[in-house]
Amino acid sequence: MRSIILKTASNYLLPLLLLFSVFILLRGHYRPGGGFVGGLIASIAFVLHAFANGLKDTRKLLRFPPGGFIPVGLSLALGSGLVPMFMGKPFMSAEWLSMQVPIVGSIGTPLFFDIGVFFVVIGITLTILFTISDSIL
Amino acid sequence: MLLAVLAGFILAPVWLLCGRFTRTNFSWAPSLLPAGLFLFFLSYLPQVAGGPLAFAYEWIPSMGVNADMRLDGLSLLFALMITGIGAGVFLYASYYLKGDPHLDRFFCYLSVFMAAMLGLVLADNLIVLLVFWELTSISSYFLIGFNNEDPKSRKNALMALSITGAGGFLLLTGFVLAGVASGSFSLGTLLSSPGLLRDHGSYLWIVLLIFGGAFTKSAQFPFHFWLPGAMVAPTPVSAYLHSATMVKAGIYLLARFTPVLGGTDLWNNTLVIVGGVTMLFAAFHAIFRKDAKEILAYTTIAALGMLVFLLGIGTSEALLAAGVFILVHALYKATFFLVAGIIDHETGTRNIEQLGGLRKVMWPVAVAGVLAALSSAGIPLTYGFIGKDLIYAATLGNWPLTAVAVLTNILVLYSGFQVGWRPFAGKLPETYSHLHLPDARLWLPAIILALLGLVYGIAPALTHPLIEPFANALYGGAGVSLAIWHGFNLVLLLSGVTLAGGFLLYWFYRSPGNTWLQKLQSAAPQQLIGKMGNAVLRFSGFYTRIMHNGNLRSYVSLIIIFIILLLGTRLLSGVHLSFDRRSLTSDIRLYDVIIFVIILAAIWKSLSTSSRITAVASLSVVGYCICLFFVIYSAPDLAMTQFTIDTLTVVLFVLVLFRLPRFLRINDRKVIWRDGLIASLFGLLIAVIALGALNEPTTKETSEFYAENAYLLGKGKNVVNVMLVDFRGFDTMIEITVLTIAALGVYSLMKLRIGTENKE
Repeated sequence: MRSIILKTASNYLLPLLLLFSVFILLRGHYRPGGGFVGGLIASIAFVLHAFANGLKDTRKLLRFPPGGFIPVGLSLALGSGLVPMFMGKPFMSAEWLSMQVPIVGSIGTPLFFDIGVFFVVIGITLTILFTISDSIL
Repeated sequence: MLLAVLAGFILAPVWLLCGRFTRTNFSWAPSLLPAGLFLFFLSYLPQVAGGPLAFAYEWIPSMGVNADMRLDGLSLLFALMITGIGAGVFLYASYYLKGDPHLDRFFCYLSVFMAAMLGLVLADNLIVLLVFWELTSISSYFLIGFNNEDPKSRKNALMALSITGAGGFLLLTGFVLAGVASGSFSLGTLLSSPGLLRDHGSYLWIVLLIFGGAFTKSAQFPFHFWLPGAMVAPTPVSAYLHSATMVKAGIYLLARFTPVLGGTDLWNNTLVIVGGVTMLFAAFHAIFRKDAKEILAYTTIAALGMLVFLLGIGTSEALLAAGVFILVHALYKATFFLVAGIIDHETGTRNIEQLGGLRKVMWPVAVAGVLAALSSAGIPLTYGFIGKDLIYAATLGNWPLTAVAVLTNILVLYSGFQVGWRPFAGKLPETYSHLHLPDARLWLPAIILALLGLVYGIAPALTHPLIEPFANALYGGAGVSLAIWHGFNLVLLLSGVTLAGGFLLYWFYRSPGNTWLQKLQSAAPQQLIGKMGNAVLRFSGFYTRIMHNGNLRSYVSLIIIFIILLLGTRLLSGVHLSFDRRSLTSDIRLYDVIIFVIILAAIWKSLSTSSRITAVASLSVVGYCICLFFVIYSAPDLAMTQFTIDTLTVVLFVLVLFRLPRFLRINDRKVIWRDGLIASLFGLLIAVIALGALNEPTTKETSEFYAENAYLLGKGKNVVNVMLVDFRGFDTMIEITVLTIAALGVYSLMKLRIGTENKE
């Protein structure tokens, strides 16, 4: 399935799609989007790259096994739930900073939770796809 | 107080982490833990005399479960035995298992077990008590199976765990019933208003379930067989588990509930019968054994039966006798085990017929063994004599009970002398003449415990501060006075009969071995349990072969058939569905029709094609069309997710299909019809439910709540996302964890297969 056009395009598409996935992730709080969809889009970006350039190149690009995303995401999600406990509130109650950050909007524990979901989804999707294609190709 | 209970749990990993030290030069260090705790509990002795102490700690207040601790005479007696004998056992083990590569692990288990035991006897809340109860079962599993290279050891540990674990289930049910019936899980509340449960409708069940828990733990007939099996454990473990702790937990439970549930015919008669049968049965069994530890195992069961029996008689004399006998038994049985362990450690055998004359090479051990034998026999001037006097006094007036008690004691006396006297008396065999006295760490704990039995026997008033609060806790008695001499009376005569009978037996009778007992083995409860276990194994094998046959299609059809049955029966059993035909057909627009036609065409294509790839591609067309519906009917979030998921699914399918043969006609007509039927039934069912759902009012209280509060509380305008990350964030947390597990499953399954392929 090597095609020059796809290969060239994927090199440009990967960063664009990743940016798009982050955009979807961040806008999730006000408009359609969110960590789950964002994570799926990011994984599609990598899968597309793998289709065009081969799995080996994508792995090299990632530098670490995609499973590494999972613990990062899980601990981000868990950590965002634990933070309020240090402020004497129950586990997973939302805490927001009062200031507004340009582009991102308001910052709070749910945002980090969503980022955690984003990473977990990338990790899971890529792990499953890469392992299966490993054992087949 | 809570810290004292948890100290064992906190320090257990420390022993492991400092394994290099606890294994070698500092193996005495862990024994400082029980010794310190012993002193700590000893300091409460004066306070407890004034009445029970309560320590409040919050745990789950919203569910009425608090880690409150309660220290009264009963708990204190047990706590002191647990920590005091614990200190001896820790010290003993540090030498007994010297050089064992897993000594650190051993101390870790032992600490956890001790802490669990302490929690058990101190907990005020039934649920907390149960948690500790289960912890003792689990930690004792590790202790009994400590020699884990030995298959017999593993098997017996598992047996002990399954019996006591099953009892734990019964106990949990009993506690929940008791809690529901009385409205409180607190022992303090139950103790202060005993009528609450006794007059309740479910009293019978509560009592039976609690009995189930106590009898399994305390090895009462017919659940006794795990205890002799547990003798495969290293001797320090046996000494600890079977003298003062594990098996006494059931006794503690019964004693604890005596003021709450006791005093009825059901309670008393059951306990007397079960206890009586157990003690006679076990004492009788003991005289046929030749292995010192086996003899001790059976006499332990006999002693436990005696305690249950006394609790069953339930008079104030009997309860007092139980309290004294708990202490008596703990002191002499721990000594016995420690002595048997030393003999085993030095000579390499526990067969009492091969032993003799050991007094010449290890006299302190002999002193300890003989003192323990005397105390177990109930010779005057030992604490055992006081205990036996009280037991006889308690049974007076009911001659069958007295007879059972006397007979048991005669047999126990015989067994006690077999273990505590015989290895030290007579001529020393040549093979053992080179032996010499082992390290003081081995015999010091034994001799201290044995001497305590003697000191208490000479001056029983020394134990008043311990026994008085115990009596107070059990039956509100005060002013206990134990004495050696009560004058010439019937009790003294019975003691005399016991001694005479026991010594005659010791003089003339020698165990013939297990010849005819072995024939009864096939009918023993142990065998029945084993057979039951095998039957369960066979059944699960059969079940797995049917349900888990490795054919993916049969999995899918099984799951779908199950859902059809589940939903179908619910629908047929009278859920009313009404369809408003007019509203369903009124606003169909052109693009709806177009999408619908595309879907139909895609389905047709996927059914008629002969290429797998085409089939998958057409299925994905169906998926994308559904996404379009979502977009049209304003569910952009769903559409996005469905779209990406569909894309990834196709990618996954293509990856897999790439390697499969182009198309295989494995279906005959019958299979096609069957699958078609299942599929259409399922589709029909879902369609009916979806149509029915349309008729439900769309504005529900919950959706209104989320719509209104998403921005106010969650500070987000996308209600779906706010629900996912905020309102129901906990669900999402668990969902991503489940996804992770799924990914790990796929990863390990695939990698495992690659591994085996490489090997071939």
